Amino acid sequence: MSPQHRINMNLADRWASTLGGVALLFSAMRRRSGSKWAALIAAELIRRGVTGHSYAYDLFGTAGTVGQGGKNVSVPYQVGEHARAAITIAKPRSVIYQFWRDFQNLPRVMEHLVSVEPRSGTRSHWVAEGPAGKRVAWDAEIHNDIPEELIAWRSLPDSEVQTAGSVHFKDAPGGRGTEVIVHMKYNPPAGLIGATVAKLAGRNPEGDLENGLFRLKQYLETGEIATAGPQPHGDGVAAGKPVIAEVLT
Amino acid sequence: MKALCWYGRGDVRVENVPDPGIINPHDAIVRITLTAICGSDLHLYNGYIPGMQKGDILGHEFMGEVIEVGPEVKRLKRGDRVVVPFTICCGECFYCKADLWALCDNTNPNAIILRKMYGASGAGLFGYSHLYGGYAGGQAQYARVPHADVGPIVIEDGLPDEQVLFLSDIFPTGYMAAENCEIKRGDVIAVWGCGPVGQFAIRSAFMFGAERVIGIDRIPERLEMARQAGADILDYADSSLMEKIRELTGGRGPDACIDAVGMEAHGATFDNVYDHAKQALFLETDRPGVLRRAIMACRKGGIVSIPGVYGGFIDKMPMGAAFGKSLTFKMGQTNTPRYLRPLLERIQKREIDPAFVISHRLPLEQAPYGYEVFAKKQDHCTKVVLKP
Repeated sequence: MSPQHRINMNLADRWASTLGGVALLFSAMRRRSGSKWAALIAAELIRRGVTGHSYAYDLFGTAGTVGQGGKNVSVPYQVGEHARAAITIAKPRSVIYQFWRDFQNLPRVMEHLVSVEPRSGTRSHWVAEGPAGKRVAWDAEIHNDIPEELIAWRSLPDSEVQTAGSVHFKDAPGGRGTEVIVHMKYNPPAGLIGATVAKLAGRNPEGDLENGLFRLKQYLETGEIATAGPQPHGDGVAAGKPVIAEVLT
Repeated sequence: MKALCWYGRGDVRVENVPDPGIINPHDAIVRITLTAICGSDLHLYNGYIPGMQKGDILGHEFMGEVIEVGPEVKRLKRGDRVVVPFTICCGECFYCKADLWALCDNTNPNAIILRKMYGASGAGLFGYSHLYGGYAGGQAQYARVPHADVGPIVIEDGLPDEQVLFLSDIFPTGYMAAENCEIKRGDVIAVWGCGPVGQFAIRSAFMFGAERVIGIDRIPERLEMARQAGADILDYADSSLMEKIRELTGGRGPDACIDAVGMEAHGATFDNVYDHAKQALFLETDRPGVLRRAIMACRKGGIVSIPGVYGGFIDKMPMGAAFGKSLTFKMGQTNTPRYLRPLLERIQKREIDPAFVISHRLPLEQAPYGYEVFAKKQDHCTKVVLKP
């Protein structure tokens, strides 16, 4: 994707543009007279809404500058997909922090992660299930780490996936354990289309994250992750064959 | 093994399916000795609960013998005779520890779907759609029971299966419905629906000290069963039902009303025709005819207790009446494990023999017939138990 065609509009902006375009198009079609210009403007509004790229912002630099960012910014402000989720886990901060800080643990609970391998120092190598079952990989580094409070990470420059995230740990009121709050941003590998394809295929960062937190809670509170499968089901399979048990370690 | 599988509205079949195995470390496998069809299974049978898949094994009232345990199961052992509650509970989360077992945080693998529909998910349930976890149910020869040390109760003495089976759901469900009425001596309780849950609610209301219980239904044998328990009985098809309830309560209205019917209410009134039409057009998912009447009948400051299952949206709720009379609503799936021990003791002391509700004893192979007569309320059917 050439730099001129990067997403440079935020989500609210894009929705407003798309809906405005559609409204304009309908009103132009109803009136018929003098509607050519209106139709053209409507088409441009819809295009910029759908693609997330505004030529006007490029020209005037209004929001176009958000895409540039500094050297330390993996996913610049107002660009990419944002996912957030929160859960309360009935375990002390230390336990959850330690589980999370050892990134190798995360694929046990986050189903979309294939593996995370530690590299030197604060760096690690991440492999995830991307859109349409395609695997994506990137290297990341921890750039902020306050024991039992906060871990923040981001992808290294020039990664295939540009991503950044943070997890905060707070004591829950009433002795209910720990509030875990996660924010993640990422620039999907194939831009907006990639994100849309991923969503159509039932993959979206917020859903993956939320589900991952449910599973993290189950694992830490009960020592296992709830599952209904593999299990018997009426589909004409001959009787008596046990379902192969997959025991979690 | 043989199991009762769901294939669509009014289509259930007994099929040969693979045997279940241990998956998680806290699982046990139970060889089922007796199981039952629940009134709430009829909501699945009639196609009103979303999230079903063809081939799903139904059944959430079952008991049997533990034949295998996972590596982390400490309390149960092979050979134990257990009744399995229909709610799957982890025993470790905030809700389980607060005795609100039906709200368990950790046992629905599909919690994210219910979070989208309801804002949060309760416990996973056996054989009750993929919204509640998609766990294979107990109308089968064997079942996998997760968190086996938490829910199931071991039955040590020689009480027959039929007397203890209903600890799995309907006895605790009727009991919790009555408990939710916060009954004080002298109270009058009205119970809509004299099916199995209604029957246990009526008997439990008396146990809590209700002076008078009014059972409301249409089916003669169910009304007769309620009368035998000591209830005054009313036919809901009677056009002067509300006046008769007033009369039986000296013009006050019942101190508490129990809706033991839920989302598939029947009735001869205009609003029921309206609800049927809207439900058929998917404009409304549940038919709340009983709930409306319970709200209208209840005395000022009274309680409406709802053990009947609701799944989605309802229309024309008389919210003004509920507000104007300062009513309290109590509802939800049963916190089953809370009631197992105390209710087993009542059975042991012969205060109640829950087998009284059984009308049909069938082999598992005849389960489809059992569903049919239960759904159509034919052949004086009040409760079907199945022997695998």
